[in-house]
Amino acid sequence: MTSSARRLRAIIGLSGPTALWLTVTVVLPLAAMLVFSFLTVVPVGGREAAFTLKHYTDFFTRPLYLTNAWRSVRLGLEVTFFCALIGYPAAYILAKAIKGRWREALLLLIVLPFWSNSLVRTFSWTMVLSDNGLLARTIHGILPFAPSFDLLYTYPAIVIGLVQSYLPYMILTCYISLQAIEDSLTEAAYSLGASRFDVFRRVILPLSLPGLIAGSVLTFVPVLGAFMEPRILGGQQAIMLGTLIENQFTASFNWPLGAALGFIMLAIVLLIMGLFYPVLKKHISVN
Amino acid sequence: MSAVGISNVAKYYGKVAALDDVSMTVQDGEFFGLLGPSGGGKTTLLRAIAGFVEPDRGEITIAGKAVSNIPINKRDIGMMFQNYALFPHLTVAENIGFGLSVRHRPKAEIAERVRQLLELVRLSGFEGRKPKQMSGGQQQRIALARALSTNPKVLLLDEPLGALDKKLREEMQFELKQIQRDVGITTVFVTHDQEEALTLSDRIAIMNGGRVEQIGAPRDIYERPRTAFAASFLGTANFFEGVVSGRGDGVTRIELPDGQAIFTTDEAPAGARVTAAVRPEKLLAGPVGAQGQEGRTNTIQGRVMAEVFAGNSVTYKVDAGNKPVTVFVQNRTDERFGPDQTIALTWAPYHTILVAA
Repeated sequence: MTSSARRLRAIIGLSGPTALWLTVTVVLPLAAMLVFSFLTVVPVGGREAAFTLKHYTDFFTRPLYLTNAWRSVRLGLEVTFFCALIGYPAAYILAKAIKGRWREALLLLIVLPFWSNSLVRTFSWTMVLSDNGLLARTIHGILPFAPSFDLLYTYPAIVIGLVQSYLPYMILTCYISLQAIEDSLTEAAYSLGASRFDVFRRVILPLSLPGLIAGSVLTFVPVLGAFMEPRILGGQQAIMLGTLIENQFTASFNWPLGAALGFIMLAIVLLIMGLFYPVLKKHISVN
Repeated sequence: MSAVGISNVAKYYGKVAALDDVSMTVQDGEFFGLLGPSGGGKTTLLRAIAGFVEPDRGEITIAGKAVSNIPINKRDIGMMFQNYALFPHLTVAENIGFGLSVRHRPKAEIAERVRQLLELVRLSGFEGRKPKQMSGGQQQRIALARALSTNPKVLLLDEPLGALDKKLREEMQFELKQIQRDVGITTVFVTHDQEEALTLSDRIAIMNGGRVEQIGAPRDIYERPRTAFAASFLGTANFFEGVVSGRGDGVTRIELPDGQAIFTTDEAPAGARVTAAVRPEKLLAGPVGAQGQEGRTNTIQGRVMAEVFAGNSVTYKVDAGNKPVTVFVQNRTDERFGPDQTIALTWAPYHTILVAA
């Protein structure tokens, strides 16, 4: 057997299982959904399906979809913003100010929520946020004359629930890039006359940007399609692109529309990634 | 005026003294070496001058001004780090211009200064490179240029050549010294390498266990070490312990435990227990009974235990009365000593130096 044939066999043998796995679990289902999204009905049970662009044109012509797509993008941006606002400083303190066993313990606490079911976690929020819930009682315990409030089934409740769910991703990705910055780099900056603000803006932030971007992507993309948190915590505010898609599959049984909306969401994600690509490329090539 | 003054500086980590009552003065334009083993306190002292370490006691002055209340970024120092600490996301020009840029100097001025410094370190044309695209020696020169960029009052170097291989290190020693002379900047550097300390420094402070063992010009410390540690850390030394048994004709007689006696021009009271150091290259080895060279009144006998041939010289390990003695013999003649041969070692009294144990 020639060496090039051996090489070919090795390539096929080694990459084959992965390729097969990806084909079965990702490519085939996606392809099926792509086909469905152009059909009038799902071709099962002997129903006649015809080709149509209606689901895609509906998205751009019916305000319901456009409005909710925008609401989802806004939710994604807001949740990402708050995750970064809380997660980046937390990661900074963890990476630079806390040492040894305390750091390990805190890292463990940060990943602890991953050990519990997300549905259970989300339901727990209803008990915290409701009219007479933990949060209201605590605040009234400290400030007895504070007005009564009920966060549950509001837009902020969705944001709170989602921020809590995705914060660990943001903290961990930021932590990894922050702790990789050697102390000698910040010391060098100080020795050259940089103020604390200069050191942060010119050294720490640019060097940790890859982590911040990775955390933002890991938060934004799933939040865009989130349907569980809006449904449980959102009440009247629950309608988002994610819940609309979920409805098509579970309630209305309109798979073609659900598939079309799904691909539109994918397009939105790719579009936003494309917009950020120049920034991503510049900063990730450094490390 | 002294460029850097250290007076009675102490720093404790828990109960361990990293710096224990350290005092020294670095003169304007001097290339000053801090030499010692790891844990000797030299790096702590350098970092205290820079401002990264706050002393528990004592005072540090830079250009005559006490700096204890001045933060690092206002101390006007240039520091070169052991791993160079170049900013990986910035180009060579941006790295060198960093200090001027945070001082909000005009762009044209920064560009001109960067150009000058790159010329100084012989790396013109590398402005747009990233540090990772450069070799270790080039990175080192960029780090030096960056440390000099703001015309600091003092340049601090932490193991400046430690990360380079031997050949490059020798080249850079010469270049570093040249640049320091040309710029005329007061420089304090830390090293654990005695050869580096000897070749670079105008003066050396030998540090051990957080204390200063001796400060002086390399030659003075080498020829007249004050402590056994200084004698053995800078170069190698043979130590003889004995009791002073008298003085006459300008020499002090020291009786060794095996009954032999040696002489020194140093003075010590009779009856005192003393430690004497003798450098291996000051000893002259020869067959027993041969006439010693004039002035070499010290003679002891010993048996050759081992011989190490190093090309230009031969090192003999000699057993002189249950005491190992090292002798360097220049490879000048065909004379060689075989194993177990008893030989005579002779040297002049002023090469016997009394040191604190």
